[in-house]
Amino acid sequence: MARTDRISDPWGSRTPYAAGEPWPQRVDRYLTPGLTDDDVDRWVQSAAVLHSNGDGLDIAVKDGRIVGVRGRAGDRVNHGRLDPKDLFGWQANHARDRLHTPLIRQNGVLVESDWDTAMDRIVARSRQLLDERGPNSIGFYTSGQLFLEEYYTQCVIAHGAIGTNHVDGNTRLCTATAAEALKESFGCDGQPGSYTDVDHADVIALYGHNVVETQTVLWMRMLDRLAGPNPPAIVCIDPRPTPVARHATVHLAPLPGTNVALMNGLLHEILDHDWMDHDYIEAHTVGFHELRKRVAEFPPERVADICGVDPDDVRRAGELIGTAERLLSTVLQGFYQSHQATAAAVQVNNIHLVRGMLGRPGCGLLQMNGQPTAENTRECGADGDLAGFRNWANDSHIEELATLWNLDVTAIPHYAPPTHAMQMFRYAEEGSLRMLWVSATNPAVSLPELGRIRRILSQDRLFLVVQDMFLTETAQLADVVLPAAAWAEKTGTFTNADRTVHISDKAVDPPGQARSDFDIFLDYARRMDFRDRDGRPLPAWNTPDEAFEAWKRCSAGRPCDYTGLSYEKLRGSGGIQWPCNAEHPDGVERLYAGGEFFAAPDYCEAYGKDLITGAPLEPTEYRAMNPFGKAIIKAAEYVPPHERPSAEYPYVLITGRTVYHFHTRTKTGRTPQLQAAAPEVWVELARADALRAGIVEGDLVEIRTVRGCVTAAARLTDLRRGVVFLPFHYGYWDTGDDGGKGGHHRAANELTLTDWDPVSKQPIFKTAAASVRRIGAGMAATPEPVAHAVADEHLGEGRS
Amino acid sequence: MTKLALPIVQLHRSERHLAHALRAIAARHHSDQDICHLARDLAGWCDEHVELLARHGRRYHVRLPAGPRRIHARRWIQEKLSDAMKTRPEPALLLLADLRRVHRIAAGVSLDWELLAQGAQATKDDDLLALTQRCHPQSLRQMRWANAMLKELSPQALAV
Repeated sequence: MARTDRISDPWGSRTPYAAGEPWPQRVDRYLTPGLTDDDVDRWVQSAAVLHSNGDGLDIAVKDGRIVGVRGRAGDRVNHGRLDPKDLFGWQANHARDRLHTPLIRQNGVLVESDWDTAMDRIVARSRQLLDERGPNSIGFYTSGQLFLEEYYTQCVIAHGAIGTNHVDGNTRLCTATAAEALKESFGCDGQPGSYTDVDHADVIALYGHNVVETQTVLWMRMLDRLAGPNPPAIVCIDPRPTPVARHATVHLAPLPGTNVALMNGLLHEILDHDWMDHDYIEAHTVGFHELRKRVAEFPPERVADICGVDPDDVRRAGELIGTAERLLSTVLQGFYQSHQATAAAVQVNNIHLVRGMLGRPGCGLLQMNGQPTAENTRECGADGDLAGFRNWANDSHIEELATLWNLDVTAIPHYAPPTHAMQMFRYAEEGSLRMLWVSATNPAVSLPELGRIRRILSQDRLFLVVQDMFLTETAQLADVVLPAAAWAEKTGTFTNADRTVHISDKAVDPPGQARSDFDIFLDYARRMDFRDRDGRPLPAWNTPDEAFEAWKRCSAGRPCDYTGLSYEKLRGSGGIQWPCNAEHPDGVERLYAGGEFFAAPDYCEAYGKDLITGAPLEPTEYRAMNPFGKAIIKAAEYVPPHERPSAEYPYVLITGRTVYHFHTRTKTGRTPQLQAAAPEVWVELARADALRAGIVEGDLVEIRTVRGCVTAAARLTDLRRGVVFLPFHYGYWDTGDDGGKGGHHRAANELTLTDWDPVSKQPIFKTAAASVRRIGAGMAATPEPVAHAVADEHLGEGRS
Repeated sequence: MTKLALPIVQLHRSERHLAHALRAIAARHHSDQDICHLARDLAGWCDEHVELLARHGRRYHVRLPAGPRRIHARRWIQEKLSDAMKTRPEPALLLLADLRRVHRIAAGVSLDWELLAQGAQATKDDDLLALTQRCHPQSLRQMRWANAMLKELSPQALAV
């Protein structure tokens, strides 16, 4: 057993392996210092919740308290390994400032209350709004961090019982483009690839995906391949000099906002050299002709001009991707949170379609997500989609839902696409949305242009309900705050970015009066006395496992088919991928084998949209274009970003993440080891830019856009010139006073602009025009990561 | 001057008109950021069409300005007005009317392209035909955008 400092070395020791071999096991664990396995009363099965990777783990319990975690050696996702966030992050469950009782606003301040009083307030306001203004005056803004059972319950309450069209999740900020890009290309959501494609690939291309910090265990898998014989070549597309970039054969650092031009350039190379599978294109796709015409406009020289990269690097990257035999592509926020998000992500799909590389080992396409349960938000229809990947524009799909929920078809709004989060906030701003229920997310730090968001959430006319573990920046603005149970304090299931379903069992009781999100939603439904067509209570279930069984019926026959799963089957398993049904009792590793898609007009989830205007295609148009349900190759023109650098604001600001924190640090900021590793916001500057501006490492710098300013300590790196990077995790709950330092100058989203991709409606966090100014010398030394943040690593004996 | 000069002049005028309408909706609804950003992007398509028509017009001996109409100072005022009204529900209804207007103008532009394409085919002007094939789909997309936004935004504006 090795002991590794997993703060200074987040990825731990190497277990090299060769292409096609199983990935060796390595079991990571962290127990409260002084305890050993012998002290642990029991281990409770769960999976990781501080990223989207879905690493299987067991929770150690002693005397009714969590005392540590251990990776599950037999889990298909992580083979025992854990991210440092998960090794240490469970300690946040014990934080002293957990919410123990409901709070209500009285005379302008939040005071402690009880469940009856708090829920009655919510019910009274809901009834009043339903009477006076109708269902669309109520909106739900949920999360990517609840469990499947909770989302499905929430979806039935909102879409069915209330009949509002306003339900979305913070998944809009993280995974909306992944879902949309898959719908555009394959007619339906559903991750094509599998993490096991890392074991087989000869080229791995990462598009705006800093896997090193966002999915550390997946990066360990890649590092182990890189350390073994016949390692894969890496293509990295990222303006930052990330560790991926350092391991890359070709690193392209495009100017933020120009991804579509770059992708068209790569496709230009592939088409120009005829690195294509013509039979596949002919048999399984429509729309190739359009792509050919479009990418002809993007020879490497023009791309180099637009993106500010070396044309030879475009050629080299194009050749690697074009000549790969087993190509794995992964995409994340560098594309999803940037300008023309969907259009760019779709071009990655196009590469796999023209090369015929889908559904085979190593030929993987992974449109990622950022949060642990984002996939379930999508499946269950809690994110601006409908349950079971059903199509809002297809009446027969709505009839299926009406039958499942025993409601009239007219009770389920489907006259327009479900409202996306940014539009919900706009409706709240103009005053037509009067009640917003926020669960397990923190828009007062995570949405763009925070000054505006705070103004919207603080309005007297808006009734704000916040359901959380802690009194977040958003909860501080609420009218009612509901204390929620955390992970490990409730039972449910969730699904990771490669369709792997895990069960997470209750290990300990929640503190004080805190309740699970599931119980809170159900309590609301019962108090509202929601009924179905026959007068029976709606939702028709009372426990998580009943909800799971109901969900199985909803998913039956749909791409995300769960009918072959059960709590019993998941307990003890190493994770099972959907679709899992009678035909595939062990799940399906890769979708779209043999060029079979879910795109048939009567079956598909979406008819697609115009990649520039976002206007949906009419059902008849889709039917005419794609009568046989083939994959759809969609080309896109390049449109320059909306906010470009100017003389006054000469830099492009991008925001992002660090390995030590998740989201707005509600958990990781309350974890001693993680907080000590990255305690304060910093700004990353290119050395050449810093030199010109007279800034040295550690200086205090002001970053300003037309919307606000942030002060942060400078870190100088080999970042692309003209670009400035800020981590978005830091808000105000731990600054001592509301704004901190007499104002709101810490959260990166003070600076970002209100603009979103017209297709996926994902906000743009990566193209704001900014200025940079030195304020003065910083503190003497940057804080050292805490010593002894060691975790145990036990290497397996070559078994998988 | 052949008869084809006439539809070119007409189309040139209607494209400039559409660009103007799109920039106006962007200014009047500055607080609806997606409308604002996208309307400006789509006005850019009209500018390209105007430039191409002006270039092509020379072959038919018509002199047409290659740029968009000049920008009115009024737009700045409209933007400020929209910002001042952003917490009120009334502009949502106004937005529906403005989108309807954009749709109507774009439909007219689309018809004009249709006419020009017919003329180009009948006179065997391949360059002109290629021009219509390049630009006409974008007019249709502009029209569909207005239609889609109407469909998406009207339930809230009309019922809540």
